[in-house]
Amino acid sequence: MGIALSLTENVLREGFVYALMAIGVFITYKILDFPDLSVDGTFPLGGVIAAALINAGADPWLTLLIAFAGGAAAGAVTGLLHVRLRITNLLSGILVMTALWSVNLIVAGGKAVVQFFNRPTIFSTGFGALVSASFYAQRKLIVAFVLVMALKLIVDLFLTTRHGLLLRACGNNAQFVVNLGKDPGTVKIVGLMIGNGCAALAGCVLAQISENADVNAGKGMVVMALAAVIIGTSLFERFGKFKGTTMAIFGAILYKAALQIALSLGLPPNYLKLLMAAVLTLALVSKEFGANERYVTGKEVTDEA
Amino acid sequence: MKLDAAVGTAPLVSLEHIYKRFNPRSVNETVLFQDFNFRIYPGQFVSIVGSNGSGKTTLLNLICGSVIEDSGNILIEGRKINGDPEYLRAARIGRVFQDPSKGTCADLSILENMALADRKGKTFGLFPGINRKRIDDYRAMLEQLRLGLEDKIHIPVGSLSGGQRQALAMLIATMTPIDLLVLDEHTAALDPKSSDTVMELTDQVVRSKGLTSIMVTHNLRYAVEYGNRLVMMHEGRAIIDAAGDAKAGYAIPDLLKIFNEISIECGN
Ligand SMILES: Nc1ncnc2c1ncn2[C@@H]1O[C@H](COP(=O)(O)OP(=O)(O)O)[C@@H](O)[C@H]1O
Ligand SMILES: [Mg+2]
Repeated sequence: MGIALSLTENVLREGFVYALMAIGVFITYKILDFPDLSVDGTFPLGGVIAAALINAGADPWLTLLIAFAGGAAAGAVTGLLHVRLRITNLLSGILVMTALWSVNLIVAGGKAVVQFFNRPTIFSTGFGALVSASFYAQRKLIVAFVLVMALKLIVDLFLTTRHGLLLRACGNNAQFVVNLGKDPGTVKIVGLMIGNGCAALAGCVLAQISENADVNAGKGMVVMALAAVIIGTSLFERFGKFKGTTMAIFGAILYKAALQIALSLGLPPNYLKLLMAAVLTLALVSKEFGANERYVTGKEVTDEA
Repeated sequence: MKLDAAVGTAPLVSLEHIYKRFNPRSVNETVLFQDFNFRIYPGQFVSIVGSNGSGKTTLLNLICGSVIEDSGNILIEGRKINGDPEYLRAARIGRVFQDPSKGTCADLSILENMALADRKGKTFGLFPGINRKRIDDYRAMLEQLRLGLEDKIHIPVGSLSGGQRQALAMLIATMTPIDLLVLDEHTAALDPKSSDTVMELTDQVVRSKGLTSIMVTHNLRYAVEYGNRLVMMHEGRAIIDAAGDAKAGYAIPDLLKIFNEISIECGN
């Protein structure tokens, strides 16, 4: 019973952390239709930024903002490569992911893992320290939950603004954005900045949970985030009108749960990435199926003009 | 005719000595425009006809900046706009395409589409996307289409019929003040009845707003009945260009005859 509870807690905590990234990938992949591979580099970037700054004595909460800004800067590079230099979206992501490998190592001071045990983190200072002592064990869970809700609300609000509408229009029909007198390239770059900012934020929070940053932490993040978004949307779309961000959060938790169950059933950890790829493949295939189904049952408004 | 071609005044749009070829130095090389000159004067409603591949769409694309000329000048109100990217030119141009999905956003609601169109050419920023105070105005505009869209402002545009979408695209293209309305076979993808509805709507909007317009159409009846200037394109040249009374002299059989003569000349 105790083990089940701690596993659930583990799934939720990690699910919330990866949900931060899934919300960003929801923007790039679902709204802008941009499969952004740079996330594999911006996720650990957030972690090493946290480690470097916390070791230098910075306020852990400030590291969240700086990690977001760092991720956004990397996202801007992906966007510029794609939009201004006309490199394909996949290659732009690969280029930035590869370049970030060096950047991350430099920020980490040349080490693959940077530890900051017993240094202040968001879980022990500021809001984290306010969490009542009786919930001490669940502090990380609570802070992660609050962060994901805050990010969700901010992104939801952003999507209802003029620029948010423009972003949605851009993924839908770039010509429409042109017709409005706006450069769809700029809109895409902003979307990629937000997406990668969120990924770095997730990496920053994860590093503070484990009190160390691993430059290898990004391996498979794109697959994980895409799976979370696709599973979330294809499962919950049929249950009514959920916000995209909500479905991304559900997707991230479900995905984490699935991996956790596989591990507790005795799957050797070496097989984890194989399983992750298989789950995404499944999600992509079932998405295709779901789309066809919708096409058949979709009710058209047919009054003639 | 109410909208008389105001020749004698300065042209609104001028294309001067335009050269344009596609796929240069390849087996597919198409030399389309060679020293092409074309002017549109304020208040003109130009209908353009011509066989496939005669350069009608490319002419519109050159004006809008979707295709860039090899050489020559393009001016709007005497100001050179060569080099201005498409989106900058678009701020003062309304455009409706043949494909109904191009002029609107399928996944966004009618209301969201209109709210965006309302900001055309202005800054966007982080203000609320939908200005509640404008909703009644949007409804009033939709009512004028007489398609019942005013009761459906929250449904995604993708679920509308082609005709409804094209009527909405027309509304959206002309919501804010523009210098020029550009229509490329915007009724061609519709069934005959919707096609007539959208064409009548177009004429009504052009007249009521006094818009200078350029319309490509395959429908000779529309070309003859609507507008105050008729142009026939052939191999990158305007082989007919008639405004005002001269235009009124053309009937559908005259145009058909010329089309046939061209085909014979081309050996078809
Ligand atoms: N983007 C392009 N690439 C290559 N050839 C093109 C392109 N656009 C137009 N053309 C060629 O230019 C000619 C005129 O095309 P277009 O202006 O679309 O004709 P229309 O609209 O009158 O049917 C055609 O021969 C077409 O093949
Ligand atoms: Mg054409």
